[in-house]
Amino acid sequence: MIRETTLNAALLVLLLAVPLAALILDELFIITLATRAVIFAIAGIGLNLALGFGGLVSLGHAAFFGIGGYAMGILAYHAQTYTPLIEWHFVIDGTKSMPVIWLTATIASAIAALGIGALSLRTSGVYFIMITLAFGQMFYFFTISWPAYGGEDGLSIYVRNGFAGFNTMDPITFFAICYAMLLAVLWLVARLVRSSFGLALGAARQNEDRIQAVGQRPFTLYLAAFTISGAITGLAGALFADLNRFVSPTMFSWQTSGEIMVFVILGGVGRVYGPVAGAAMFILLEHVLGGLSEFWHIYLGAILLGIVLFARGGLIGLLAGREVADD
Amino acid sequence: MTDAVLATKGITKSFGALTASKDISLDLRAGEIHALIGPNGAGKSTLIKQITGSLRPNSGNVIFGGTNVTTLSAAARARLGMGRTFQISALAMDYTVLQNVVLGALGQRGGVFRLFNRVMKDQELLTIADQALEQVGLSDVRNTRTSELSHGRRRQLEVAVALTLKPRAFLMDEPMAGLGTEGTAQMVALLDRLRVQAPILLIEHDMDAVFALADRISVLVYGQIIATGTAAEIRANPQVREAYLGEEALT
Ligand SMILES: Nc1ncnc2c1ncn2[C@@H]1O[C@H](COP(=O)(O)OP(=O)(O)OP(=O)(O)O)[C@@H](O)[C@H]1O
Ligand SMILES: [Mg+2]
Repeated sequence: MIRETTLNAALLVLLLAVPLAALILDELFIITLATRAVIFAIAGIGLNLALGFGGLVSLGHAAFFGIGGYAMGILAYHAQTYTPLIEWHFVIDGTKSMPVIWLTATIASAIAALGIGALSLRTSGVYFIMITLAFGQMFYFFTISWPAYGGEDGLSIYVRNGFAGFNTMDPITFFAICYAMLLAVLWLVARLVRSSFGLALGAARQNEDRIQAVGQRPFTLYLAAFTISGAITGLAGALFADLNRFVSPTMFSWQTSGEIMVFVILGGVGRVYGPVAGAAMFILLEHVLGGLSEFWHIYLGAILLGIVLFARGGLIGLLAGREVADD
Repeated sequence: MTDAVLATKGITKSFGALTASKDISLDLRAGEIHALIGPNGAGKSTLIKQITGSLRPNSGNVIFGGTNVTTLSAAARARLGMGRTFQISALAMDYTVLQNVVLGALGQRGGVFRLFNRVMKDQELLTIADQALEQVGLSDVRNTRTSELSHGRRRQLEVAVALTLKPRAFLMDEPMAGLGTEGTAQMVALLDRLRVQAPILLIEHDMDAVFALADRISVLVYGQIIATGTAAEIRANPQVREAYLGEEALT
């Protein structure tokens, strides 16, 4: 068994080494793949906070991924068409600034997660899964039928948004930006998990009677976790939209929710670095198996089944063994 | 009655046709251990659940520290000072023993929503946690995962977590079940010292322990309290003898 910290570090190094090697070999497509893996990892880390640490099986995280995506799309669209976003007693213009877009995406998806969470968390188990799914689908159908921002066809953004004067259209530069965001999010979640909040959230997941007996309502803990979780996945959505320079209702689809969940399960539910391993593996499988067969999802399904049945801890659990209790 | 820390007023609870609590009024006074005994299925746990807030009575009230807490959540009642232990251990099984007690200390101190502290390095919490482990005799398994603990040690951990809450009343549902002779003796000694800290409403099947500890005993049969009194009074009560206690248990 490899120590989990060693494994985590190796993962990060690998995720950095692959696009750098691709840069030297001039394989730009590989850099884009690595960037996708990094962004998916962030989305998965978001979900993992709810699913892994809070035990909240959300099948609606596409809602936050999509909100992040549309936050980017809408802001950049108004900037590129020189039309104001809001023209009321005051004027708000669109923007092409990544930090502003990230902030907007994060806040918007946090607010959505707070609302969706406040309603969904009144239920639990399979009802919770269904109600989060329903919320995701609501956003999906809403964007399809909302003509202002492209409806079903989505929105194209011609030039990638800007960040501190870097040439963001350069694939490796954009990769580096996303990678830095991944590190920031990993740091954040690693801290959260070890905090008072993390201890209480984990206890609520394991035994609701216990957390109540020490004076905390599980609902409040879950809602806070769900909100932060949605915010992180929303940030990933904004990055994903920027990678593709395109947003469409597909980001809101339940398949997207399912894929985000697959990253978490593949990598290891409730392991901070699990979604990083999961997203990287997903991209690898998509690339390798997808090249062999159109029906690569069947193989993915088989692998998932294997993990669920024989390796509950996902890739991280398989390689690093059971989680060691915090000191 | 004036020095009652906790009281139930005419609590009634039905599960369909079964009445698990029938107009139950009892109180817990400062400094005492009040034992609640009764045969299996009498409704002892159901009563504790209504007092601590995980079940709502159909009618009747729960008064705690002079306030009516009947409509408050279990979490709110815990914050007011109800320290509860469960008949079936309700612990965070994936956590270490220490993490479980730190959780209790955290709940008592507050600051649960701190997002960036290192909770397991918080000296204030660790001190309280280690004290509680020391008191119940679990210091040696401090860093063991709770799921790997024996049944008896889980019972002790339940009590340790309740200790960290510094409650105004303890509500203990069979803390000695499965402890063995030595464990039971330790627990009896512990609870005996604990009553000065806060009174204990104690559900217990072990009659030796009950008679050794209880200042007062209430007997619950089919959801009804058929007698309340001192150990001597309960021993002498013919109704109790007939309904519940075997003759031999009383001698
Ligand atoms: N949630 C419930 N729904 C239906 N019936 C219940 C429920 N909880 C308890 N009961 C029933 O109420 C009665 C009292 O149960 P309770 O657990 O309070 O007994 P007890 O006195 O604690 O018994 P024991 O000594 O075995 O722990 C039992 O007949 C039980 O089956
Ligand atoms: Mg019981």
